[in-house]
Amino acid sequence: MNAVFYMASAVAVLTTLLAITRREAVHALLYLIVSLLAVALVFFTLGAPLIAALEVIVYAGAIVILFIFVVMLLNLGNAARTQERVWLPKGAWRAPGALALLLGGLLLYVLKQESRWMPVDRVVDVKEVARALFGPYVLAVEIASVLLLAGLIGAYYLVWRGPIRRPGRRD
Amino acid sequence: MYELLWLVPALPCAGFLILALFGDRLPRRAAPFIGAGSVGFSALVSFLIAYRFFTAPPEGEHFSQVLWTWMNVEGFTCQFSLYLDALSLVMCLVVTGVGFLIHVYSAEYMIDDESYAKFFAYMNLFVAAMLMLVLGENMVLLYLGWEGVGLCSFLLIGFWYKNPANGRAAMKAFLTTRIGDTFMAIGLFLLFVQLGTLDIQEMMQRASQQWAVGSGVAVAAALLILGGAVGKSGQLPLQVWLPDAMAGPTPVSALIHAATMVTAGVYLIARTHVIFELAPSAQFLVAVVGAATLLLAGFAALAQRDIKRVLAYSTISQIGYMFLAMGVGAYAAGIFHLVTHAFFKALLFMASGAVIVALHHEQDMFKMGGLRKKLPVVFWTFLIGSMSLASLPIISSGFYSKDLILWSAFASEKGSKALWFAGFAGAFVTGIYTFRMVIMTFFGEEKTHVHVKPGWVMCLPLVILAICSTFGGLMEIPSSIYHFPLFTHFMESALPAAPIPHEGLEHAELMLQVIAVIAVLCGLSIAVVAFGVKPQIARAVVATPFGAKMRDLLFAGWGFDWLYDKILIQPFLRTARFNKDDFVDLIWNGIAALSRGVHSLLSETETGHVRWYAATLSVGALLALAIVVLL
Amino acid sequence: MASVPMEHALVLAAVLFALGLAGLLVRRNIIFMLMCLEIMFNAAGLAFVAAGARWAQADGQVMFMMILTVAAAEVAVGLALLLGFYHHFKTLDADAAEGMRG
Repeated sequence: MNAVFYMASAVAVLTTLLAITRREAVHALLYLIVSLLAVALVFFTLGAPLIAALEVIVYAGAIVILFIFVVMLLNLGNAARTQERVWLPKGAWRAPGALALLLGGLLLYVLKQESRWMPVDRVVDVKEVARALFGPYVLAVEIASVLLLAGLIGAYYLVWRGPIRRPGRRD
Repeated sequence: MYELLWLVPALPCAGFLILALFGDRLPRRAAPFIGAGSVGFSALVSFLIAYRFFTAPPEGEHFSQVLWTWMNVEGFTCQFSLYLDALSLVMCLVVTGVGFLIHVYSAEYMIDDESYAKFFAYMNLFVAAMLMLVLGENMVLLYLGWEGVGLCSFLLIGFWYKNPANGRAAMKAFLTTRIGDTFMAIGLFLLFVQLGTLDIQEMMQRASQQWAVGSGVAVAAALLILGGAVGKSGQLPLQVWLPDAMAGPTPVSALIHAATMVTAGVYLIARTHVIFELAPSAQFLVAVVGAATLLLAGFAALAQRDIKRVLAYSTISQIGYMFLAMGVGAYAAGIFHLVTHAFFKALLFMASGAVIVALHHEQDMFKMGGLRKKLPVVFWTFLIGSMSLASLPIISSGFYSKDLILWSAFASEKGSKALWFAGFAGAFVTGIYTFRMVIMTFFGEEKTHVHVKPGWVMCLPLVILAICSTFGGLMEIPSSIYHFPLFTHFMESALPAAPIPHEGLEHAELMLQVIAVIAVLCGLSIAVVAFGVKPQIARAVVATPFGAKMRDLLFAGWGFDWLYDKILIQPFLRTARFNKDDFVDLIWNGIAALSRGVHSLLSETETGHVRWYAATLSVGALLALAIVVLL
Repeated sequence: MASVPMEHALVLAAVLFALGLAGLLVRRNIIFMLMCLEIMFNAAGLAFVAAGARWAQADGQVMFMMILTVAAAEVAVGLALLLGFYHHFKTLDADAAEGMRG
């Protein structure tokens, strides 16, 4: 199982790296899906099968599919590719890369403090999560549902091109 | 009858309100009727009250009328109440009586002025404020009138405001008296804190009970009050505003010098005489100030060219006599001189105003002359006023009052021979400058053509005042001639008699009078010879280097303006110029500049680039994390 | 089953987060920026799950689900905004909206 964890981790890091460096949006999304699947595997090895499933269904399934829909809707084509080349010269990576490296390094430095082993053999199963979710966290669940509703209405309003003149629109 | 007392200040105040609010809409002819009429009725009420006061004096020789409660705060109550006793009654009569005549005179004098109604509004307010000053039962009301008088003097001196010099003169008068007012305000605070009341009579009573003679508090209070009196009455060292106050119209000068304003200081000292009795050193200072002022101003009057400035310096000098009287404890004598002075000084100012109008606003005496035949009424009244000012014996009112002061200065326990001599020398100088003025104006050859002759409206007050100036002095006849002390006797209910020992001085009084009369006559003859018969004498004196210098010095009023300019005004202006940008502001301006700089720095970070925001956000997170982890 | 030090899972989370951040800062294309945001959400969730696994508690997983909800709502609104943005500016350049600064 250890080997699975480390291999999945390596895949996740690599594909993420590839995903953020692609010029083509669809390519990047494909790498992202692989990355998310790898992280799902990591979840599984950490004894969270439910989360692993949700990762696959919601992240890799729903969210990334949404992205792909949008990319297709925009139908960017060749112009976007050349545009991306202009937007992404080699030097653009330097400062943000350094910043991210610094932050990552700092996080790693924090982790260095003490070492604790995780009892990976203990699986927290669905029943347990469900008890927690609808026990002490029920209020948070309700709030999450309201958040989703707000997201739904917000998204609908933003893309709606109805007869109402929205303020701030110039066209 | 006494219940009508409130009408005395209320009538001029009502006149002011009507003229100030509706003056522009009323017909032009109505303004003098309202202006003079209100003061006239006020004078009538005053005379009725005075008649009543003589025939049936109120209980305790004083009467107080509470109109309403002005303020009532946490145990401190201030009534709006009037207080009438012999002193305030005399002051009321002078203010309303002489004030009324001046108003009548103004009706013709100011007839061509575009702000006719405004002039009468200010004059009415002036009289109302002065009446408030003399009738106020407590110090707050007195101070209200005091400041009102100052304000009106400012408005009236600068009445012809289109000439900047007049505005400057008004400002000077206001600021100079303001110095005195500040002293007086501090004095009132001191009195209130120490004695716990603002009611004047109550205050005097408590002061005499609580303070020992010569105690520090009493001296301090007396000196502060003296500071206020000196400022308002134009005494040394705050006399500089009075000659410049001639910038106002002549009736204003008459009102300021005769009826209101400058007499306020004398009244204040008389009103608070208990405090001065408790502070002998301060009272002695009053006498010294008076003596010094009367001499300095008298000499300064010798060298003036402007007829109104001569009169201004003579006022300073005569007020000096009143201060001298206050200083030696002869309060009634001082008030007596105040009354006669009001008569003859109002007369002199109004007569000189008639001359000035007749010569088409010419005030330089060197350009006058020979007016005796052209303006006979003005000449004779002016001559009567001058005789009174120079205190020619028997026939002038000024003689009786000034003689009483000189006698008190000599004989009083608080007086001395030096003080008497100062007054005596002053009388001599007064004789010279008064008749220099008369001779230069009315005798000799005619230098300027007479423009208009004064009408009866202007002449009538002159004649009335001339009668008063001649016979007004008979209220009090010295015992050396015929014992008739009516005025001092009347005042005894309000003011203590002068501390004059009765024995051993019977012959001295007559002798001193004779000496004084000789001095006045000498002065008169010198004036007649040097300026009338042989003008070359005066010219020869002035031609010598010393004489020329002396004349310049006296012309500039002993150079007080120059001195104050050098030691006060210039350093102040230099400091102001140096601190033009107020270095205290540097702190606040610095804070403003700092926040403005930080603001522009921060607004630079607002680029509109989302990624830049994200970057700064993560830098912040990085820093916060680093602080937590590494420290 | 063997066991993995918690730190290793957290290291993975940190690395993924840093990568997401770097991508967010570098890319001008809004699609990529949203994608990077998803990566960072995911990394944060991973840290929660790892922590939950350390003590064998369900709370970490509950938290992940909360994050999932937020990420879903965010992506819905974000993509809607993106569409509006593209409609308005005819570009996906995030810097095109710099006129919105205060």
